[in-house]
Amino acid sequence: MPPLTRYFIKASLIYLVSALLVGGAALARAPLGLPSWVGLLQPVYYHLLMVGWVTQMIFGVAYWMFPKFSKTEPRRSVPLGWAIFITLNIGLLLRVVGEPLVTLNPASGLGWMLAVSAVLQWIAGFGFIVNTWARVKER
Amino acid sequence: MPRLAVWIVRTALIYLGCGFTVGGYMLLNKGLRLDPNFLTWVYMHEELLLIGWMLQFVIGVAFWILPRFMTAPKYGAIELAWAGYIVLNMGVLTTIVGTWIEGPGSAAALIGRGLEIVAAATFAIYMWPRVRPFLVG
Ligand code: HEM
Repeated sequence: MPPLTRYFIKASLIYLVSALLVGGAALARAPLGLPSWVGLLQPVYYHLLMVGWVTQMIFGVAYWMFPKFSKTEPRRSVPLGWAIFITLNIGLLLRVVGEPLVTLNPASGLGWMLAVSAVLQWIAGFGFIVNTWARVKER
Repeated sequence: MPRLAVWIVRTALIYLGCGFTVGGYMLLNKGLRLDPNFLTWVYMHEELLLIGWMLQFVIGVAFWILPRFMTAPKYGAIELAWAGYIVLNMGVLTTIVGTWIEGPGSAAALIGRGLEIVAAATFAIYMWPRVRPFLVG
């Protein structure tokens, strides 16, 4: 298993646990008397699960197991692979912090966090498509 | 990778690109409020990513790696799998158009969902006999 795949999979496992903690907290907010802002974490919960866990797990396993691109570059571009990992995770973490803050206080001036997060995650998605497309091929 | 797996996985990658673009557009606007109506895109976003990307990718990889048959046809009733692929994508596109024009309860969206259910059943029937030990029969 290449080192980058280990990072993808371990990060995705951390997101899985975090997502379930956040989702659980949002569910238990009223019965446990948690602060009302916990209820704003619904989109964060969803995306920790769908982007952080599922999509990131797919990215890591596909990078590892898909047919080789060539003898010299079996996983196509390794630097692009790392760039995908870094942009996806910084993008998602910016969202996790920024989205509740912006929802709580739209005049906080923190909207840029969501804009940067959007661009970073978009770059990660397209990076993955570019790096993977030619590895999806008939034998 | 067999030809159909290439088609399914590449189609899933296209949906990933479209879904992340729509998601990025919404998130950017949630932050900067250039388009205050950004949430009108949310149904398209969900459909592109949940069904178009994730579900389709998983089916494509399953079609590729599940055990093949020892005798021809090695991939079994492949016409059924092609039919599933076509109906699934008709379903996704119909749902997207339906929710975009008239919202999630529209007739087109319901027809789209119906097609997706037919596709799911088709794939299930197709894959059922391939779920078995390697190197048998
Ligand atoms: C596999 C990946 C993804 C899946 C399955 C997914 C799924 C969803 C779902 C189901 C919702 C509706 C949630 C609700 O109703 O509470 C949603 C909302 C949203 N998604 Fe995603 N999403 C994905 C990736 C992304 C990405 C990469 C971005 C941004 C770059 C994004 C941005 C958004 C935004 C801004 C909303 C609206 C949140 C709100 O209610 O204000 N999503 N997504």
